[in-house]
Amino acid sequence: MDGFIELRGIRKKFQGVPAVDDASLTLNRGEVFSLLGPSGCGKTTLLRILGGFETPDAGRIIIDGQDITDLPPNKRPINTVFQNYALFPHLTLWDNVGFGLKMAGRPRKFIDSEVERMLDLVDLLDHAEKKPHQISGGQKQRVAIARALINKPQLLLLDEPLAALDLKLRQRMLLELDRIHDEVGITFLYVTHDQGEAMSLSDRIAVMNHGKIEQIGRPMEVYEAPSSSFVAAFIGDTNFFKANVSASADADYSRLSIDKLPPVLAYNDKKLQTGQQVYLSIRPEKFRIQREKPSDGERLNMLKGKVLDIIYLGSNTKFRVECGGHILMITQQHARFMLDTSPLTWEEEVWVSWNADDGYMLQRYEEADTRLLNLPAEEPVP
Amino acid sequence: MRKRSRLPMFVTLGVLLFLYAPILVLILYSFNDSRYPGAWQGFTLKWYRMLLEANSVEARDIWRATRNTLVVAFAATIISMVFGTMAAWAMYRFRSRLQSLHQMLVYAPLVVPDILMGISLLMLFVNMSVNLGLTTIVVSHTTFCISYVALVVLGRLQDFDHTLVDAARDLGANGFAVCVRILLPLLGPGIAAGGLLAFTLSVDDFVITFFTAGPGSTTLPVQVYSMMRHGTPTLINALSVIFIIVTFSVVIFSQRVLQRKNNTHPHI
Repeated sequence: MDGFIELRGIRKKFQGVPAVDDASLTLNRGEVFSLLGPSGCGKTTLLRILGGFETPDAGRIIIDGQDITDLPPNKRPINTVFQNYALFPHLTLWDNVGFGLKMAGRPRKFIDSEVERMLDLVDLLDHAEKKPHQISGGQKQRVAIARALINKPQLLLLDEPLAALDLKLRQRMLLELDRIHDEVGITFLYVTHDQGEAMSLSDRIAVMNHGKIEQIGRPMEVYEAPSSSFVAAFIGDTNFFKANVSASADADYSRLSIDKLPPVLAYNDKKLQTGQQVYLSIRPEKFRIQREKPSDGERLNMLKGKVLDIIYLGSNTKFRVECGGHILMITQQHARFMLDTSPLTWEEEVWVSWNADDGYMLQRYEEADTRLLNLPAEEPVP
Repeated sequence: MRKRSRLPMFVTLGVLLFLYAPILVLILYSFNDSRYPGAWQGFTLKWYRMLLEANSVEARDIWRATRNTLVVAFAATIISMVFGTMAAWAMYRFRSRLQSLHQMLVYAPLVVPDILMGISLLMLFVNMSVNLGLTTIVVSHTTFCISYVALVVLGRLQDFDHTLVDAARDLGANGFAVCVRILLPLLGPGIAAGGLLAFTLSVDDFVITFFTAGPGSTTLPVQVYSMMRHGTPTLINALSVIFIIVTFSVVIFSQRVLQRKNNTHPHI
């Protein structure tokens, strides 16, 4: 943590409605940092404030010790890749990429060699004399990146850069972005609503909701140890259980009572006291599902249930299982050749088990967040 | 195959005849050896000779009026291109209740009858004790030309992607550079189209000019009108033919240029 770029208490309201509400974060030199959240969560506003296109109502932005909050966009050591690329339609790709250096008043020879280098970096040197309307979406994307990188900014902002591309191209561009980042080593701030993009590209992620930063952490941290039901439900899928701490099993583990279920064991990293209410989040892939009762393992939770739905997806199968009135989403990976097994069928009685370490306790829970889940956990039992 | 109806062809021919028959008559009578329109008196080129040699009072008046018209049209066009574009930009960029009032005020000259505009401008100039002349005509023409330019440029701006301005700023362009390198090249065609419209309307205007012109500053439409009443109408026929030739050449030329441009840039 060298605190290369710092945002301190940024606030911005549009017509009285807060778009960004007291956002603070620190970016390290050379890292890829993602702002992740649903549309309208304030991530684009925060990016536009960094770029200088919006003025924050409060808060400071500091880059490398210099306060840039009051500088206009053209005076900031920051460049942006816009969502719609915003290539200048009347200029060739060459002139688009060279625009930044021309504005900086660099000598012609220098501009030419730099443009050539950047176009080569994004593999578009052969198209240098074309106009933006003559190239494909993926190529436009690469021109936009080359154009933004040529001034060697301290920070590159990317505003949903892959949103306009189709799935295949998006995956290719993700790898491309990663390669470019490795080559130039500039700090990237990547704004997206796509958790897959954020997880695969980023060193760290800030998850935003309603203008607030809910959690900052490495991709693995925000997935495995979400700070709220929003983060748990927005990144990946999960199962929520409303629970009460009924007893502590030992120093680290507590027994939880859940409505209509036998007591379950969970790792109590928050040191919650007996009697406190909590929500337990268990990811679908943390469960094991089988016909036979699993042998008693240490700290293994077991429930008896009935299979309601089976969605076979090749590499894995998603089950919907009813346990004591609760509907569980369970994903099972298939490591073995499936045709040699007798797979589970509908209405079958099964055992569902998970390790006490694999459930994660949440104190911040909103019922509305369950709507973010792919399969609704709460549905009337038939 | 079903027999195709001939009706569309007849309608087209009928409309074209309706549009161009008067012009044909006008061209025909410019060669009529008579001072007044009416009976055909035989073929002559003397009206053209008279106009081009410009040694009669009438011919000289016509050329002076032509010059006035062009001076006024150019001045009004350039001024209204500048202010019309600025008005359009303001209406595009800033939205507020005051802005809709601004929009109404800018568009008002499009719907206010010319005669009202003419009278009110005349009263204004008289009250301010301004001498009527070319300046007052330019001012008057600018008032309605601005509206047309603003209308056309605003239409062009509706398709304008404002992130281009953000992108240019982001890459280090200051306000002036954004204007010169981004806005002018992209809005240029729209501004030019508005300017052409303004130019045409200014050349054409009779009513407002009639009220705001002073002695010696008559423009061509006003001159033609007075010559129709006491003068040589056939001379005007000859002048009109020259104008028609010039206009058609310009239209054909510009179409050619536009077509060539479209071929190289299929999406613009």
